[in-house]
Amino acid sequence: MTAPLLSVHDLKVAYGGIHAVRGIDFEVGRGELVCLIGANGAGKSSTLKGLMGLVAHEGIIEFDGERLHHQATHAIVARGLALVPEGRGIFGRLTVAENLDMGAYTRRDRAGIRADLGRAFELFPRLAERRVQLAGTLSGGEQQMLAIARALMGRPRLLLLDEPSMGLAPLMVRKIYETIADIASEGVTLLLVEQNARLALKVSQRAYVMESGAVTLSGACAELANDPQVRAAYLGE
Amino acid sequence: MDIFAQQLVNGLVLGSIYALVALGYTMVYGILELINFAHGEVTMVGAMVALSVIGLLMGVAPELPGVVVVLAGILVAIPACMALAYTIEKIAYRPLRHAPRLAPLITAIGVSIILQNLAMLIWGRQYVSFPAILPSDKYALLGAQISLLQIVIVVLALLLMAGLWLLVERTRLGRAMRATAQSREVAELMGVNVDRVISATFVLGAAIAAIAGVMVSAYYGLAHYYMGFMLGLKAFSAAVLGGIGNLAGAMLGGLLLGVIEALGAGYIGDLTGGFLGSNYQDVFAFFVLIGVLVLRPSGLLGERVANRA
Repeated sequence: MTAPLLSVHDLKVAYGGIHAVRGIDFEVGRGELVCLIGANGAGKSSTLKGLMGLVAHEGIIEFDGERLHHQATHAIVARGLALVPEGRGIFGRLTVAENLDMGAYTRRDRAGIRADLGRAFELFPRLAERRVQLAGTLSGGEQQMLAIARALMGRPRLLLLDEPSMGLAPLMVRKIYETIADIASEGVTLLLVEQNARLALKVSQRAYVMESGAVTLSGACAELANDPQVRAAYLGE
Repeated sequence: MDIFAQQLVNGLVLGSIYALVALGYTMVYGILELINFAHGEVTMVGAMVALSVIGLLMGVAPELPGVVVVLAGILVAIPACMALAYTIEKIAYRPLRHAPRLAPLITAIGVSIILQNLAMLIWGRQYVSFPAILPSDKYALLGAQISLLQIVIVVLALLLMAGLWLLVERTRLGRAMRATAQSREVAELMGVNVDRVISATFVLGAAIAAIAGVMVSAYYGLAHYYMGFMLGLKAFSAAVLGGIGNLAGAMLGGLLLGVIEALGAGYIGDLTGGFLGSNYQDVFAFFVLIGVLVLRPSGLLGERVANRA
């Protein structure tokens, strides 16, 4: 069996005196779509921020067989990780096209960038219509599309998505999740953080359930979706 | 000779120098929300270094034309100021990147005082005069007189502003600077080395300040270790007038402030029946600063002060 793309051992994240993540282990295999689900404040976002080096953390993070050790965020990005942050984090006073260019910041292959820009506009035709518009004028759903498209512009080997459904209308949520499934089917490895467990379990292959900074359950999504504990706590049944 | 036209010309010349210095304040503020009070002193160091080089060259090669000598002075002053600004940012501001905002502000004032005193030790307390080696041709323009030096200052300043504008709007570094100004964290997530972008911002502002320092000393014919204080305050006022954090605002604010100051100085005697003279010219910049802060704190072109992402 080949080694997983990402393997995390005993990851801890603390802010001041608060232990947001208390030593968790998990893996993401090549080409897999894995989700982290759990209630608000369970430590899911902190886990992603720790992986990206945005917050101080302890533990062993191995990416593609090499350790990411206390590297700066921009260096981690250069290694092939990308995060679509919670709340989208688009540059409101840059145009849509400039936002996408920022996504390709670490790349120098102009032809490849142009090809990927074409692909992004194919994936999200709405963005093509609004390419010269300031990104701050887009609707919430369009901003989420832009954030995902921008992350893809860096051709990440592992894409981390933090709450992509947050604050969006149901129709837009469905559209975003269809896109996530498309991206996964193209072979991009994804780690998805989501409060909406029903959605996440439907689209992912495996899941980890987080509670108070620890992983309490893990397994294939089909099994977890039938687990009475998960059904009661996260699927509202 | 028409006083209005003359003061307008003088004001535009002075204003284009203010605009150049104001750009340094506004670029740093845009990214760090820090008012880099040491920026005026960086300008002063630019003038002083250039004057030292000019003095040295005139001693060893008196046959060189004045323009070449001054150009050499500028070419040494630019990298000197860039290195100075890089060092200031690295040792005085970077360690305070995550400190409360008041800490780097106080540090900036401290750096400014240190630089003034170092300059006093190096160049002395006396005024250093700018030797009369530049051509002093004068031309008539719409009832006013304009010197070749004034024309060169305005044209060079406009070219620098246009160049900076292109850099910020059209290049990869400029895009990274604008992204960093909006969100340092997200810029990092795009793979931007934010520390390097911040250094570049300081260094770029300092290069422009070095040129402005030489301009102002050539214009007034002298330089002084304390000159950066007033120049810095005025440029800061200009940046606030235009909307701090906004490049076009700094350019507009600088030019406007220069004109307001020149017209004010030209007419203050008539307006007060000779009670106050043109030596009160410095007061106008601060009337403007107070007026803007009271009436329109976000400046002429600034929109956002409170709602930053």
